[in-house]
Amino acid sequence: MRDVRAVDCDVHPTVPGWAALTPYLDPFWRDSVEERGIGTLESISYPPGAPLTARADFRGADTLAAASVADLEPVFDRWGADIAILNPLYGIQLVFNEDMAAAFARALNDWIAKEWLDRDPRLRASIVVPLQNVEHAVDEIERRAPDRRFVQVLLLAMGEVPLGRRALWPLYAAAERHQLPIGIHAGSAYRNPVTALGWPSYYIEDYAAQAQGFQSQVASLVSEGVFAKFPALKVVLIESGVTWLPAFLWRFAKFWRGIRTEVPWVDRSPAEIVRDHVRLTLQPLDGPDAPAEVERIIEHLRSDDVLLYSSDFPHWQFDGDAVMPAGIPPGLKRKILVDNPLKTYNRLNAV
Amino acid sequence: MNVELRQPLAAARVKPTVIDCDIHPTATLADLRPYLSNRWWDYLQTYGERRRHGFARSYPYPKVTPRACRRDAWPPGGGLPGSDVDFMRAQHLDHYGIEYGVMNPLSPTGQGEQNPEFSAAMAAANNEWQMAAMTGREPRLKSSIVVPYEDAQAASAEIKRRAGNRDYVQVFMLSRTSEALGRRRYWPIYEAAVEHGLPVGIHVFGYSGWPTTATGWPSFYIEEMTEHATSSQALVTSMIMEGVFERYRELKIVLIESGFGWLPALGWRLDRNWKRLKDEVPHLRRAPSEYIREHLWVSTQPMEEAEDPDHLIEVMNWIGFDRILFASDYPHWDFDDPFVALPPNLDAEQRRAIFSENAKRVYRFA
Repeated sequence: MRDVRAVDCDVHPTVPGWAALTPYLDPFWRDSVEERGIGTLESISYPPGAPLTARADFRGADTLAAASVADLEPVFDRWGADIAILNPLYGIQLVFNEDMAAAFARALNDWIAKEWLDRDPRLRASIVVPLQNVEHAVDEIERRAPDRRFVQVLLLAMGEVPLGRRALWPLYAAAERHQLPIGIHAGSAYRNPVTALGWPSYYIEDYAAQAQGFQSQVASLVSEGVFAKFPALKVVLIESGVTWLPAFLWRFAKFWRGIRTEVPWVDRSPAEIVRDHVRLTLQPLDGPDAPAEVERIIEHLRSDDVLLYSSDFPHWQFDGDAVMPAGIPPGLKRKILVDNPLKTYNRLNAV
Repeated sequence: MNVELRQPLAAARVKPTVIDCDIHPTATLADLRPYLSNRWWDYLQTYGERRRHGFARSYPYPKVTPRACRRDAWPPGGGLPGSDVDFMRAQHLDHYGIEYGVMNPLSPTGQGEQNPEFSAAMAAANNEWQMAAMTGREPRLKSSIVVPYEDAQAASAEIKRRAGNRDYVQVFMLSRTSEALGRRRYWPIYEAAVEHGLPVGIHVFGYSGWPTTATGWPSFYIEEMTEHATSSQALVTSMIMEGVFERYRELKIVLIESGFGWLPALGWRLDRNWKRLKDEVPHLRRAPSEYIREHLWVSTQPMEEAEDPDHLIEVMNWIGFDRILFASDYPHWDFDDPFVALPPNLDAEQRRAIFSENAKRVYRFA
C-alpha cells in the first residue's frame, strides 16, 4: 500500500430505486415491496433535491449523482484518491419493522458488493446494519465481514438510544472481533426529534443539528464505558463538521473531573480517550474563512492522528476542487490523506 | 519557587470589581405561600409539581451533591443554600467584592410546568418573593423576571407587570423548552422584552419533554450536563433561522451556564450551511454568525478548561471580549471562583470587560 496517494473515507453511492435492490431481496420481501407498494427509502436527512445533497455539477441528466461507478471520476481522477470507502445513505435505519430492515440491509450490502465493489478494485464499503435489533445487526456483520472489502460498520448520528447503551454492546464486540471500525455518519433514524427542543422548522436546522448528535454519541460512548470494555475499538465520525470537538472535550473533561465518581470506569480524561479511539473525516470542516484561523482550530484538536481525508462526494461541501480546506498545515496533509486512514482501517492494509 | 510565582499573580487577581451574572436564590414552597392564592396552594398540596418528567419529588438525573450545591453553602442557621440572604452576603457578595449579582431562580419556579395557569402563578410568586426576600434586603442583588414561557401571552403580561421596577434586570427563561425558542409561539416574550429594554437571560436546564439528546435518553448526570451545551446550540440555531433577530432588532440574549466554547464552531457551521441552503430561509439577510455577534452574550461558568489555556483565549477572541459576562453559579457545586476562574493570561482590560464592563452595558447598571 506504499503507493497510495489518498484514501477517500466518505463517498456516497446513490441507490437509484427499488429496481436496483429488488434482485437482492428474498422472494418474500421482493413480493412485499411490489404488493404493498413500499416506497423508496430516501431519508429527509438528505432531501434528494437539496443543494447540499449533491452539488449541481455532480448531478446527471436524471438529477442523480454518484449513481454508478463511472460517476466517481472526480474522487479518483480529479482529487487523487486510490481507495474510496462507500457509505450508502439509504433509509434502512428509518424502517420500523426490524425484519424488513434486516432484509433491506442485506439487499443493500449485497448490491454494493456486486454493483460497486466488483466493478472497481479501488472501492471499499461500510456494512449497513439494521440496528433496530442488535442481533440482526450482529448477524449482518457476521455475514458480510468475511468479504475484506467491507472495512467498517455504518451507523447514524441520531438513532433510537444513545450508542453507548449496554444493550448495543454485542455490536461493538462483533466490530472489534472483525477489526471493523464503527463509522457514525450524519443522519437520523428519526426516532427522536433532531433537537432536545423538538422538531425544527427548517432543513438547515436539521443538518446543523447533526453536529450536536455527534457530541451526544461521543458523550455516551465514553460515559457508558464502551472504550474501556472494547480497547481495540475505533469510532469514525463521518461528516461531523469536526470543529465542535475541542470545546466539547474541554467541557466534557471538566465535568468528568467533577462527576467522575458516577462513571468510575472512565479512568482517564475523556479528551485522552477520544484522541485514542475516535477519528473524524475531513469534509465538511466547519471552520472560519481565514486559513490562519483554520490552522488554529486544527491545532485545538491537539493530535495529528485524528483527521481522515474525505470528499463527502457528491454532497456539496466545497466548490471546484478545493477538497483540502485552506489552512491545513502542509506537514499534516500526508497523515490526513494516507497514514491516518491506513491506521484506522486495518483492513485496507491487507488488500 | 511556586510560592514566589503565585503570589504576584494572586495579588493581580484580588479585588476585581465583579458583577456576577448567575446567582441562584432558593425559595422553598413554604416561602412562596404568601404569594400564592389559596387555589394554587391547595393545588400544589394535592397534585404537586408536574414538570415534563416523571419524578414527583426528585430529578431524572440525580445530581452529584444534594441539590447540586456546594457543601459549604448550607447556611449554618439552617435552610437551603441560597435561601439566607445574610449568609449569601457574607459568604459570596462580601467575600468576593461583588458589585451586583443577577439572581436566577431555578426551582420551584413553575417554569415548564405542564399546567400553564399554575406555571403563571408560580412565576408571579417567585418574582414577588425575590423582591421581598432578597433584593429588598440586599440592593446588590438584582431580580430576574421569571416568566411562564410555555404560555407566551401570560409571560408577556408578567413582563409588563414587573418591568417598571428597575430592580428586575432581565427576563428569565430556561433553555429546554417544549419547542425551540425561535418558534413563533415565543415571540410575544421577545416583543415585551424589547419594549421594556430588558435582555432575555436563557439559563440552561428545564425539561422540554423531549429526550435530552437527539438520539434518545442518556444514562448519566454527566451526560445531562454536557448536553446543556447541545441544547443551547439548538436554541441559538432556532432563534437565528426562524428570523427572531430580523423581527426584533434590539433583542439581547444572554446565555447563562451554557459555557461558551462551542459558540464559534456553531457560527462557522451555520454560515457554511447557510451558504448552501439560504433559499430555504430567505428571511435571513445576513450570515448567521453576524446575528450571533450582534445579539448574543455568553456567561463564563462553567468555564471550559482547555488543555492549552491559549486555546481558550483564542475562542474568547472569536466570540469577542465585549460579549462575555462573568458568572459564578453560586451556590452550586460547579461554582467558578471569581479569584481564580478566569485564565491567568488575560490582560487587565479583558478581565475588566468580563468581570464588570460588559454586564454593566447589557444590564444597564449605572
